Amino acid sequence: MRHLLSTRDLSCDDAIGILDVAEDMADVARRAVPKLPTLQGRTVANLFFEDSTRTRLSFEAAAKRLSADVITFSAKGSSVQKGEGLKDTAQTIAAMGVDAVVLRHGASGAARTLADGGWIDAAVVNAGDGTHEHPTQALLDAYTMRKARHGDASRGRDLEGLRVAIVGDILHSRVARSNLWLLRTLGAEVTLVAPATLLPSGVATWPAVVRHDLDDALADQPDVVMMLRIQSERMHAAFFPNEREYSREWGLDDARFSRLGPDTMVMHPGPMIRGLEISAAAADSARSLVLDQVTNGVSIRMAVLYLVLTGATA
Amino acid sequence: MPARPVLQQADIERALTRIAHEILESNRGSSDLVLLGIPTRGVLLAERLGDILERLEPGSGRVGALDVTMYRDDLRSQPTRSPQPTRIPDGGIDGKTVVLVDDVLYSGRTIRAALDALGAHGRPRAVRLAVLVDRGHRELPIRADFVGKNLPSSSSERVNVRLRETDGEDAVEIDGGAS
Amino acid sequence: MTVLIQGATLPDGSRADLGIRDGVFVEPGDAAGGRVIDADGLRALPGLVDLHTHLREPGYEQSETVLTGSRAAAAGGFTAVFAMANTSPAQDTAGVVEQVASLGEQHGYVTVRPIGAVTIGLAGERLSEIGAMARSRAAVRVFSDDGKCVHDALLMRRALEYVKTFDGVVAQHAQEPRLTEGAQMNDGALASELGLAGWPAVAEEAIIARDVLLAEAVGARLHVCHVSTAGSVEVVRWAKARGIDVTAEVTPHHLLLTEDAAVGYDARFKVNPPLRRSEDVEALRAALADGTIDIVATDHAPHPVESKETAWAEASFGMVGLESALSVVQTAMVDTGLLDWTGVARVLSAKPAEIGRLAGYDAPFALGAPAHLTLVDPTARRSFGVEDLRGRSVNSPYLGRDLPGRVVATLHRGVPTVLDGEVRPAEDVAQEASRG
Repeated sequence: MRHLLSTRDLSCDDAIGILDVAEDMADVARRAVPKLPTLQGRTVANLFFEDSTRTRLSFEAAAKRLSADVITFSAKGSSVQKGEGLKDTAQTIAAMGVDAVVLRHGASGAARTLADGGWIDAAVVNAGDGTHEHPTQALLDAYTMRKARHGDASRGRDLEGLRVAIVGDILHSRVARSNLWLLRTLGAEVTLVAPATLLPSGVATWPAVVRHDLDDALADQPDVVMMLRIQSERMHAAFFPNEREYSREWGLDDARFSRLGPDTMVMHPGPMIRGLEISAAAADSARSLVLDQVTNGVSIRMAVLYLVLTGATA
Repeated sequence: MPARPVLQQADIERALTRIAHEILESNRGSSDLVLLGIPTRGVLLAERLGDILERLEPGSGRVGALDVTMYRDDLRSQPTRSPQPTRIPDGGIDGKTVVLVDDVLYSGRTIRAALDALGAHGRPRAVRLAVLVDRGHRELPIRADFVGKNLPSSSSERVNVRLRETDGEDAVEIDGGAS
Repeated sequence: MTVLIQGATLPDGSRADLGIRDGVFVEPGDAAGGRVIDADGLRALPGLVDLHTHLREPGYEQSETVLTGSRAAAAGGFTAVFAMANTSPAQDTAGVVEQVASLGEQHGYVTVRPIGAVTIGLAGERLSEIGAMARSRAAVRVFSDDGKCVHDALLMRRALEYVKTFDGVVAQHAQEPRLTEGAQMNDGALASELGLAGWPAVAEEAIIARDVLLAEAVGARLHVCHVSTAGSVEVVRWAKARGIDVTAEVTPHHLLLTEDAAVGYDARFKVNPPLRRSEDVEALRAALADGTIDIVATDHAPHPVESKETAWAEASFGMVGLESALSVVQTAMVDTGLLDWTGVARVLSAKPAEIGRLAGYDAPFALGAPAHLTLVDPTARRSFGVEDLRGRSVNSPYLGRDLPGRVVATLHRGVPTVLDGEVRPAEDVAQEASRG
């Protein structure tokens, strides 16, 4: 695998392959010395044009667990403010000698532009590009669901028949998109729940059931309920009247949480706003896999870095 | 150039039985033995050895698997490999005598990687190596303690090991190169 | 300066010799002793007129200048271009428009008719000095804030009424700003999948609908720039049926390319209005063929390399199109049987000149008429490349694409600007143009 830019282009075998390698990486984390020498001497550059402490730290931890060296570029207070664009920044970092670039950027397609541009010679891992894709998030979500379902017998398995409801600002969410493509590839069924203003045009052509009513969607007893972050700024562009109404209609409050089945998984890509899209009780309950998602994120990112940095094309 | 058979099923059974006895003899018993096979066929051989040891001295057949993919030195020049699971038996390896088990010993690099992989799980009292076939051409100072068959070979030849669990039959063949 | 063109095929298919002397068409017999051009197998078209070009001078000379833009135009068979007003300073005073017109005259490749901004600085607040620009030596008749939409209904109404005084026309870039904030490509399933903010068709259609009704209410002429959707075509068709004095243009790229070009995020395909669906392309072609859309205009929009070689969302909107226009129209309309060469002459020469009130294009090849023409080899085929571009910028969506047709010669007022497929040197053209 030369780059990881999206889940849209992942075949079922490739996706399961990544999840299975992540299983081994997860085992490493449980050892007394949770480190592998595999990527010794390789350098991974985190190129983060958008602020994101969690994802950045997760990739950093993943690279270090594999003994790779990490250099980090964060846009805040850097020359990007002075107008240094994607091409120039990437070439500057690459000139320092890097084998892989983990890119988070505000423009959809930036990872593809970097991978195809011919400006740098490194592997590109998309850590989130605009509202387009966030493949490692979807992979860690799928890994988490698979693990919760099959436990130690997860290797080699897909998510056939799993029913997942994704709730929230689908329109602006790269997490929703990456999850949709990957879940479908792995055989799961997806329902998207949002007000019409927060659904993308053309959603009718997507391989998902679309609902506007969260209670109806929960009455179908999905296996997984994935809540998405809602940004208050959307309120000002008239996507919904105010936070109170949003929370009342599409929030996983205590009442809705209590109606979930005992095995229903509750997930959230983070950061959560307790009281807005998810109640504190739901977020901190035993059914919430949010912290597992974080842990699994490191394993998945280790697997991805291993796959793009080894093999004869690396 | 058709493949030349080197070992048939009966030869393999006898070799494994002999190795099992040799392991018990050199270790003066089995109290702290742990067999770790190197995937894929090393694991199958380790399990067979474990069964034989268990018949000879019940309780001695502690068997696991040690995947070495992440420790290899050729990751960038070979196609990407998928790692296999590592299983360390209960009781770990600290203070134990670990016998690494593999099908063919050749350059020695796989065993070098295995020694590094082992280091991440603990500190054995001793590490021994059991292989079904030693075909020479070592590139590192590594030697096997227990050998099923010494098979001098030319580097242009291929040594194929087939085991009934994965390949339907037990056989060792050598093919290619000038005979 | 005498030129004799032998054996050309006219738009109607007939073969003829054409004589040119002192800048006008004369009997072939009266054009002996000068340059002879063998036009056997070549199609003669009246000089092409582009009602929508961005020459970028003054202010953005790193992308294009009047000189480089004129050369690109000549290479494409054009003998006149209308230069849009979004320069810096904007073309909103008599001084700036006279400067741009005079640069065009000086260089001599094409007639440059500056377009006057509707509002000062294109800010959409106050009318610019429309009268001064109309009465200036640049004789401005077309007014546009293109790049921006005159979205305020009252301002648009006033502009439509006011330009009537000067026999002018407002050319509207129809884009409701509130519906297209941050828009990147055509709104639809593809945009959603690619994560690019959508530019919905209704944002164009709603403005056109409003403007044709305003034009009707005040009895004014209206011209609609770069129509891009099937819905817009319907609105224009309805307006014309009602007798509203509206004209419309379509770009070559909207006749050929669709939004699928955005997959892969190559920003050479990023343009405003965006590339749409194949249904829209079909509707636009049919509309051009039946006259609902009156003309083809290139919207030639040069940009420097760094503003296209970047993430899509950060890239500038626009494509260069002067050199490729005729080839693309041939591919989309002539080779598909939708338009014949007489039709090409109408949509790329006579009609744009009429809308822009440009004299000398109403009776092509007529004796005594200014000698503006271009000779094209329609049978040629080439892989369009950077070497076919003559302007300063290379942001063309056709690089690497096989296109038919090749401009062999272009003459502007009898002065050859392109010969044997090559644009002639600037000094020669300037000298001969000043003599003529």
